[in-house]
Amino acid sequence: MSGKESERDLFPGALEMMILRTLKRHPLHGYALAQHIKRTSNDLLQIEEGSLYPALQRLLKDELVKAEWGISATNRRVRTYKLTAAGAKHLEKEVSSFEKMLEGITRVLAPGESS
Amino acid sequence: MNWLKGLFARRRAHRDLSEEIREHLEEKVDELVASGMTRAEAEHAARREFGNASLVERDGQEVWKWLWMENLTSDLRFALRMLSKNPAFTFTAIVVLGLGLCVNVAIFAFVDAALLQPLPYRDPSRLVGVYESVRMIQHSNLSYYDYLDWRTQNRVFSSLDVYGGGSRLMNTPSGAVFVWGGRASDGFFRTLGVSPMLGRDFYQGEDLPNAAPTVILSYGAWQKWFGGRQDVIGQTVSFSDGPYTVIGVLPREFHFALRGRAEFWTTLRELEPCEKRRSCHNLYGVARLKDGVTVRMAQDEMQSIAKQLEAQYPDSNRGQGASVVSLSDAIVGVLRPTLLMLMGGAGLLLLIASVNVANLMLVRSESRRRELAVRAALGASKSRLFVQFVAEGALLVVAAAVMGGFAAQWAMNLFIRAIPADLLLSVPFLAGLGLHFRVVVFEGLLAASAAALFSVTPILRLSMQDMRAGLAQGSRGSSGDVWRRLGPRLVIAQLAIAVVLLVGAGLLGKSLYRLLHVELGFHADHLATLELVAPQTQYAGDEQTRALGRLVVNRIAALPGVVSVGTANQLALEGNGSTHWIRFQGRPYHGEHNEVNGRQVSAAYFTTLQARLLRGRFFRDGDDASKPRVAIINDALARQYFAGEDPIGKIVGDTDLSEKSLKEIVGVVENVREGALDEELWPAIYEPFNQSPANDISMVVRTSQSEESMLPTLVAALREIDPSIGTINGATMNQRMNESPTAYLHRSSAWLVGGFASLALLLSVVGLYGVVAYSVSQRTREIGVRMALGAQRNSVYELILGDAGRLIAVGIVAGLVCGVAAAVLMRGVLFGVASWDLQTLASVTVALGMFALLASYVPARRATRVDPVVALRHE
Repeated sequence: MSGKESERDLFPGALEMMILRTLKRHPLHGYALAQHIKRTSNDLLQIEEGSLYPALQRLLKDELVKAEWGISATNRRVRTYKLTAAGAKHLEKEVSSFEKMLEGITRVLAPGESS
Repeated sequence: MNWLKGLFARRRAHRDLSEEIREHLEEKVDELVASGMTRAEAEHAARREFGNASLVERDGQEVWKWLWMENLTSDLRFALRMLSKNPAFTFTAIVVLGLGLCVNVAIFAFVDAALLQPLPYRDPSRLVGVYESVRMIQHSNLSYYDYLDWRTQNRVFSSLDVYGGGSRLMNTPSGAVFVWGGRASDGFFRTLGVSPMLGRDFYQGEDLPNAAPTVILSYGAWQKWFGGRQDVIGQTVSFSDGPYTVIGVLPREFHFALRGRAEFWTTLRELEPCEKRRSCHNLYGVARLKDGVTVRMAQDEMQSIAKQLEAQYPDSNRGQGASVVSLSDAIVGVLRPTLLMLMGGAGLLLLIASVNVANLMLVRSESRRRELAVRAALGASKSRLFVQFVAEGALLVVAAAVMGGFAAQWAMNLFIRAIPADLLLSVPFLAGLGLHFRVVVFEGLLAASAAALFSVTPILRLSMQDMRAGLAQGSRGSSGDVWRRLGPRLVIAQLAIAVVLLVGAGLLGKSLYRLLHVELGFHADHLATLELVAPQTQYAGDEQTRALGRLVVNRIAALPGVVSVGTANQLALEGNGSTHWIRFQGRPYHGEHNEVNGRQVSAAYFTTLQARLLRGRFFRDGDDASKPRVAIINDALARQYFAGEDPIGKIVGDTDLSEKSLKEIVGVVENVREGALDEELWPAIYEPFNQSPANDISMVVRTSQSEESMLPTLVAALREIDPSIGTINGATMNQRMNESPTAYLHRSSAWLVGGFASLALLLSVVGLYGVVAYSVSQRTREIGVRMALGAQRNSVYELILGDAGRLIAVGIVAGLVCGVAAAVLMRGVLFGVASWDLQTLASVTVALGMFALLASYVPARRATRVDPVVALRHE
């Protein structure tokens, strides 16, 4: 709205990766997860809160996270997501492959180098 | 059950998701309100930040959807498009397969109704039929006194009851009417485990002489004679032997095929004169096995009881054994071999039809190589392409199955309506014919295997070949490889199956012909027959019966159009039985039972039948009570008992040679067929009606005009003599032959298998044509080259027809071998023809060979018309 001309979609799997990373630190419910991602990304990433949920469903289906209904500190009925062992392993793999990709892209994009 | 669990899990996931989204929005709103927004503003903001909640929800749900299911619907849609793009193929495949399924479903429905559906009795598998057995008749009637002994002495039956014929005359306002009935011991219905739907069953002892006369109605009789009125219980039915009180009505679903026509059931309260002798056999037993007792054990037990009785009563019981069979065998045993044979024939037809359709699909998959190659190149996985074929096969089969089901229902109705009503009463279980659960499951199984076959054939082809090769334009060299190898083999199989069916049809047709042209011993044309039932009360004594016989003959003979009239106590073709035990004067005798058919016939009986006299003389009107007794024997008796002797003048009598039983043989007549068409010829002895009058009088009338049109006149004439006389079974002799159960069974199977065979012939010839035509089209270039190099037309014919001829020869030889094997299996349903009947085998070979050569000739001819220039430029 305010002059962000280059809004860009995340690449496939990015959102899942961020969710897994966040959940690795501590289990959270959907709302808290959304707030956390928004906050830590300093609002750089334009993520609709709602888009989290299909991603969470995919992770649930692949059994990378598990969910449990409970009562939050603010006395609210919430569904808390937790990383599974498989999820942790998946995260590790994804992160390392992402880092490789990032490194590759960065190198190509780096100015003044040619062979 | 996995998919069910999956379904529930999916439901729960959806519920959790929507609840979660709701909670999320609420938390956000609460937080925004806490930071000072109004509730309306907060709700708006929350929704904006969240995005489209319903879209999110749907995307979330989508995750759980089955991918394969979506793929399947798109595959099905694509399959439908492909099939409708090629309507000729689709139509042919559906019709051919539908026809095959229709035939199988219809036949199986008959098998189901006759052999699989349980009889309408309690625990029917524990019921058995109980018979005496003698050398000539395995299931012979039971004598009343033997029954009484069997019942008290056996330890294998929880109950044993008997039934027999009980047809009688019923007095109605419009005169006496003959009605079919049964007589049974008191526990008959309890043994079957059937209770009346109205009123009561016979009580114990109701079959004793001091019991009041009572009758139980069949459901049909209740409807027909009492309009289905509820107050029928306690009403009186007036039979010719007195009034009977109606005590019960049997349930609608009750039937008892062994006395299928019985409308009125009475008890054995009053024994018939014959029944008072131990040697009189006129009843049948039905029993319920005790727990743990097998039919075998019961058979052994009854056999040993029969042995004891034989020792105890040597005169009456010599050679009388016992026979116990399951009741379902007794009822449907006759039909089983025919039905199983038809099922086999139908199966073969379906096989041939399936092979044809598989062949079509194979050819079609050839022409779709490029399409498949493109799809594969665009990333369709192999399994995805397989599924495509499965979808197409399944669609075809489903369409064919639906068509086949409806057609089968229609065919069944048609067939049932074609069965004469009288005959239908002897197969009452066919009322249960229809597309029942078992039949539908059966069709489902057939359809599933057909679908599997149709999916596998193209897949087989697909995996054998490198898909990428298909992309190359004009790479025709290897294209038809699979089909070129598989196609001919399928055609050989088809031809062989067709031969098997043709051999079967030929043999059945010949059986039918032999059956209908069996030596009768008389001329059946222009013969009308009619049975009389005279009330016992009025025509009790010999004198009255004799007078009635005379009156009937005189009155009928005077009718215009009647050439002559004869009477007998039982008509020719009626069935062997009603036997006498005879003994020859002046010969050693050791108590053996010389059992022969015994008939009482009028003087003009043989001349009316136009039976040929071999020796001696026929009866005369003068052979009456005032003269010494005489007898005529048939040729079979003469051959069996008077080999090398002249029987004329010999004396025969009963087993005691009692004075009044002695008869002098005055004539030998050609074997008049007394039994059914497929029964053996038995020795028979005939006595003049005037010397031993019988109460049952059946007439044969030779007419100068159409015998069928005479029947009503005959009935009317008898009514004029005495309205209390009932008539039954008015029919021409030819009708009695053609509509007899055995003729009907033979005719139905001959026609049905004939139909199967014609279809098989058509399908296999079309299959052959397809293979030859395909090979010609593939070899156009080769043929063009050969002709360009100077090959003559004849050599092209030789080339094509030689290949086809080899296929045909192999198919026919294989078929003949299998056909003879099949015919050996079905020899039980053949009549008067051997399994390896050369004439049949030769005609089948010639017929199929001719059609097959014709089918190959057409494409071969096309091959010779190939213009070498065009063929070569084709590339």
